[in-house]
Amino acid sequence: MTTSSSLSLADASTGSYIRLERIEVQGVLRRRLLDLGFVPGNVIEVMQKSPLGDPTAFRVNNTTIALRIEESSLIFGYYEESDER
Amino acid sequence: MRPYTVALAGNPNTGKSTLFNTLTGLRQHTGNWAGKTVVSAEGEFIHEDTAFRMIDLPGTYSLYSNSADEEVARDYIIFEQPDVTIVVLDATSLERNLNLALQVLEMTSRVVVCINLMDEAKKLGIRVDTDQIERQLGVPVVAVSARNKTGIDTLLDKVAEIASGSHVPKPVPVIYNDDIEKKIAQLEPLIRQTLGDRFPARWVALRLLDEDESLISSLRAKLHEQPATEQKEEIRYGRTACH
Repeated sequence: MTTSSSLSLADASTGSYIRLERIEVQGVLRRRLLDLGFVPGNVIEVMQKSPLGDPTAFRVNNTTIALRIEESSLIFGYYEESDER
Repeated sequence: MRPYTVALAGNPNTGKSTLFNTLTGLRQHTGNWAGKTVVSAEGEFIHEDTAFRMIDLPGTYSLYSNSADEEVARDYIIFEQPDVTIVVLDATSLERNLNLALQVLEMTSRVVVCINLMDEAKKLGIRVDTDQIERQLGVPVVAVSARNKTGIDTLLDKVAEIASGSHVPKPVPVIYNDDIEKKIAQLEPLIRQTLGDRFPARWVALRLLDEDESLISSLRAKLHEQPATEQKEEIRYGRTACH
């Protein structure tokens, strides 16, 4: 278990694993993110930032999804020590 | 007798179109990229002397994000009410795929879950416990490989049982938190009163609570096709409930 405090996906460092805590994106996009696996409790991997720093690729449910900072800054979680789920 | 209708639902790239072609013999184009099936394709096949008409719905991850594809799939299941809906899942990524299965199971109980790409899963060392999934979902679950044509007969037997009504599946309902369940309980009788038994009341209640504008407008359009007598009240209801 980790004791680190909550941070947004936009602030998470590349290569880290984040256990999601809450999604503050609203509307249709919120639904889409939930459908793709951005669900509280799920662990996602921060894969890599694009050359210009945005968007960032995330690994969720075995699929790579790129999110812009507008969305990733509204998704919060905690660092997870390993990718253990 | 008119053929039974069978809808094929599933995530993009789960081999729905391959399964469709295997069953109907139609050469609908299949390929390894997402979003090919924009308009639903139709074909027919015979299994044990019974005729089936099969509709290949667009591949979607969900029925609620309100893209055009998802509206087509959702409206077909809810308004056309196929005799059986086959939900095709990718054996190699069940976690993501089961999301759609649960959504469909809230709309209709006449579902067969078809776990495809079993050959791929085997290569990756993934073992799928179909009995366990069947117990947890409450509907028949069949493992197939559409490409190698294995498991197809079992799948069609299950489809035929549900189509003829000799087997009525009882999906295990998703239970939401107390607040939501209370609101569902309040809405359900009102929905039955206005819409009758044509639509699954629990599901409509959930969509209203989710403020699903797209479903509400589809529902409104559908009700306009009905005889004028009940119209007014139904439309007004939709409007109040979404605010």
